[in-house]
This record gives sequence, structure tokens and C-alpha cells, in this order.
Amino acid sequence: MTAPAIEDSAAATGTRRIAMSGDLTMASIGTIAAPLRAIAPAGERLTIDLSKVDGFDTAGAWIIHRLATDWTAAGVPAEIENASPDAQRLIATVAANDHPITMRAPRGNLIVDRLVRIGAALVAAADNLGAFLAFLGQTMVVVFQTVIGRRSLRRNAFVHQCEAIGVSALGIVGLLLFLVGIVVAQQGATQLRQFGAEVFVVNLVGRSIARELGVLLTAIMVAGRSASAFAAQIGSMKLNQEIDALSTIGLSPIEVLVVPRVAAMALMLTLLGFYGIVMAILGGGVFAWVALDIPPVSFFARLQEVTPLSDLIIGLVKAPVFGIIIAMMGCFQGLQVTGNAESVGERTTRAVVESIFAVIVLDAFFAVFFTALGYV
Amino acid sequence: MAEPGIAIRVRGLRNGFGDQIVHEALDLDVREGEIIGIVGGSGTGKSVLMRSIIGLQTPLAGSIEILGDDVAEMDAATARELRGRWGVLFQDGALFSSLTVAENIEVPMREFLGLSDGLMMELAGYKVAMVGLPADAAPKFPSELSGGMRKRAGLARALALDPKLLFLDEPTAGLDPISAAAFDELIRELQQTLGLTVFLITHDLDTLHAICDRVAVIADKKVLAVGTIAELRAFDHDWVQAYFAGPRGRAAATPAGVAAVPAGVSA
Repeated sequence: MTAPAIEDSAAATGTRRIAMSGDLTMASIGTIAAPLRAIAPAGERLTIDLSKVDGFDTAGAWIIHRLATDWTAAGVPAEIENASPDAQRLIATVAANDHPITMRAPRGNLIVDRLVRIGAALVAAADNLGAFLAFLGQTMVVVFQTVIGRRSLRRNAFVHQCEAIGVSALGIVGLLLFLVGIVVAQQGATQLRQFGAEVFVVNLVGRSIARELGVLLTAIMVAGRSASAFAAQIGSMKLNQEIDALSTIGLSPIEVLVVPRVAAMALMLTLLGFYGIVMAILGGGVFAWVALDIPPVSFFARLQEVTPLSDLIIGLVKAPVFGIIIAMMGCFQGLQVTGNAESVGERTTRAVVESIFAVIVLDAFFAVFFTALGYV
Repeated sequence: MAEPGIAIRVRGLRNGFGDQIVHEALDLDVREGEIIGIVGGSGTGKSVLMRSIIGLQTPLAGSIEILGDDVAEMDAATARELRGRWGVLFQDGALFSSLTVAENIEVPMREFLGLSDGLMMELAGYKVAMVGLPADAAPKFPSELSGGMRKRAGLARALALDPKLLFLDEPTAGLDPISAAAFDELIRELQQTLGLTVFLITHDLDTLHAICDRVAVIADKKVLAVGTIAELRAFDHDWVQAYFAGPRGRAAATPAGVAAVPAGVSA
């Protein structure tokens, strides 16, 4: 490979000669394209001499072609000399393909652009809300029809989803809640020790976990695992036209895909929530036994005294509601996928973020509601 | 060392997945400057052959030489350099969906060459025109294009670095006959002006007749025969006969497809 070079006769009058040498290829023209363009058109005519050129491809052809057309446009007729037949052919090809072409979408005014984006985001948010309400309505209709027996629940799909949402999550949910139980007990004990009231750790662990933390943390974990899975699965099916195929066969995507997931999620999150509460209390109990010398027997005896059954019920009542909202968000975002793989990623992220957000907001409502009802 | 005039040389290639052997002792030579068509029934491993040549699949045994270099013994730098000398068009274009057509074509340029943005845009511009995309297609995203336009855009990306070798996987599959014929024409024209060697997998008999210099038939886990279509028609093998002498094969062989009425049948 030889480096490209330019020999310019620099004649200000008469015939100007620019002789090219070396390789004029994709890999090498980077260094000479700019200097070549920098030569200002002057003289009566231009001769471009290609006799010393070694390698030549369409990139070389392009800069020679541009040199000739630019000078001609500036009033200096240009001609190409001593080009090999291959070079002539390539130059003719690129010349034939030199059309004005838009390479980038035109950019508008910055402020207008910003405003347009804000407006578009608002419209999209409103659209999204409308679409979600429509989806909610459709799902409720199908659920109602299923309940009164006009449609059947897809048993296989339901069982499969129960396994995917519930059974496969046992390990991670159990471990997470066990650790949370230890942390609550340990942090509580550190504070309560100052008053010599370490034994109240049992109250702290029992009540906070049964009423709030157990189900909330399980729901967040499941939202992370399963809302994303729903959005990605259904989104890929949408891209692959599987959703369209379902509709044309006469099956409702809501019935086949959404209802089994929502039902399985409502059931499984309740069971997982209970399991999570048990694991967290076990974690707290283990910590109390090991670090605070409270034997398991007294721990559980005291737990029964201080934690009213209403706490557990309040905790578990929330679980199916969270489950329904998580599953609906996941399925909805999956069905909103359009176009390309990037959309699947974006919708999956939104499914997780929005379902966790919804779970926490709902939990706040529940907390205020039950306290107002007098369960303290 | 490599013979002159051979662009791709495959010897004793063996490929398989688990227990299933796809290729066994497969030999193939692709000459420089030719368009070679690869045909074979579904599942005979046409795509696997292409994938092993372009290094997406490691063969169990055998050697592959591309432009004189043995792929298996190549160091990383040579392998990278080789990737700048071939272009690959996958079945549905395989355009990067988050980039526009123009940006897709610029990806290999950005990666391999240190060109200024303006020059890169010009070079990508005539590639867009060269593959026959409309002037407003470049700023569009792949999802906004039709199947035929996606293939053209994929071809423009494959040609971005002016490669010597072009691999095409079913370039005309899924195109209407008019677009398919136009695409064949385009490949032929580009091959002649750019002096390309083209490795073309196809099921399209019209493509084979229109543009291939030679055709390689893959069957029984190896390259059964290589030759011009006329030579293959004389080749005594059931599948080859069924392929080229079947109703579709005969129709494609007739220069004007409509006149595919056997001699002696009066209208």
C-alpha cells in the first residue's frame, strides 16, 4: 500500500495540472480528501492526471469526481487524464449516482423542537393513560365473562404461569425476606438497647413485617422478576406478529395471554407474600436467638401476644391487589410494543418502574385507609 | 500457499451440532471475480457453510482460506482486517434497528476508517444511490422501510468499505418478482463495476439463471457438483435433476418465462 499524494502545478493561469499518485482507496483517502478540497479553483482549465495512481476504488472515484465537478461548477472546466479502464468505469458509476440525497433528518429550531417534544410527550402520556384504561376495561370484561362461565380460564397457561411466577421465585424471595428480617431485628435491637428494651424487637419484627414489609418487598421482587418477563414475552410476540395470529384465529389475546397471568399473579403473590412474611419472621427470630439470647420458644410466644391477627390479614389482603396491578402493567406494556427491539427494552423498563411505583402508591393508600378504619 | 485466482478455498470442512453432522469432508473453491450460487434443499447447511466461512461458526474440522489467509490460523489483527474486505448481507438485511439507514452504512466506515463526518456522509450518500434507494430513505429507520428497501440498505452497508468479497444470504427471498429481478440486476451490475466476488445462497432459480457464473449444489453433506447450469442439468443425481429439470427449473431456464410451453404443444 502506498500513501496517496497530490502534485499541484499551481499555475494561476493557463492549464492547471493536479497529478494524483499512490492508493486512492477507502482506507487512504482520509488524509488527502481535505487538502484536495482546499485547493481553490483557478486558471482556465484543470487536468487531473491519474497516471501514477495504484489502488483505486469507489472512494477514490468519488473524490476525483467531486474535484472535477466542483471545479467545473466554479467555472474551470476539468478533465481526467490517464485513468485506467477500471478507474474510468468507477468514476462513471459514482458520477451516475451523485444525486442530491438527504442523509440526516433536517433539524428544526431548537426552541420549537423542545416545545414539540414536550407536547408530544404530553400527548403520548395521555394516549398511554387512555390505552391503559381501555386495556383495563377489556380485561375486566374478559374476567367477568370468565367468572360467569362464558369464557374458560386457560388452565394450562394458568398453571404454567403459577410455576414461573411463584415456584421459581421461592428461593430468591425467601432469601431476601430472611435477610430483611435479620436487618430489621438487628437495627431495632441497636436502638432499643439504649432503653434496655431489647425484648420489644419481637413487636417490631412481627408487626412491621406482617403488616407492611413482608408483602411490599415480595411484591417489589416479583414486579422486578415477572412484570419484566411479561412485557418482554408479550412484546416479542407482538413483534413476531403472534398477537395478530391469535386475533385472526379468533382467540382474544386478553383471554389467552393476559387473564391467566393476572389470575396466576394474584394467587401467587398472596401465597408468596405469606411465605415471605414467615421467612422474614424466621430471620428476625434467628437473629434474636443468636444475638439477643431470646430463645425461639419465648420469641414465638411473645410474637403471638403482640401481633394481632388483623396485621397479617391487612398484609395479605393487599397482596392480590398488588399482584393484579403488577401483572396488568407488565402485559399492558408488552402489548404496547411496536416497531423494533429497542421498543421491547423500553417497554420492559417501563413495566418494572411503573408497576413498582404503583405498588408503593397503593401501599400508602392502604396504610392510611386501614389506620382510618381503626386498625392500629 | 494460495493459488492465484481463488478467493475462498474450503477443504475437508466438517460441521455439526451435537450428534447431527451437517457437513462432512466438504470441498469448495470460489474463483475471484465470479458469482457463485449455492443451492441445496432446506436443512442441507447452506447457511451453515456461509457462517463457517465468515467466522460465525467454528467448524469441527477442515480448513478455510479466504483471499489467501487461513481463517483458523489468523491472529486477531489479520482477522479484523479481513472483516474490512468482505461484506455480508443477511436474509432480512439485519440492519441495526436503532440507527437510521445512513448511520447503518456509516458504522463500518466509522469502525475501520478515520474519515471526517462530512466525507463519510458523502461516501454513504453515493452508496445509498448506488443500491437504488430513494433519495429520502437515508434518514429513515429500518422499521419504516419495506422489505425490499431493507435489503437494499443492507447491501449498501455490506458495500460500505468497497469489499472484494460479498456474501449474500437469500437476497431475493420475500421480494416480489419485479423487485427480485431488479435486485438481481443490481447485484450483477455492482459485481461488474466493483469487480466483486459474490457468494450467493439462493432458492431463486431465476436468480441462478440471471446472474450466477457457476452454481454449487450441496447435498449428502458435501458439495455434490459445481458448474454452470448447463453442466448441472447433465449431472446425474436425483435431487439435481429434480431441481433444474422440474417445472420451476424449466420455466426459469426459458428466456421469456411466459413462453415455457413445451415444444410440440400447439396453442
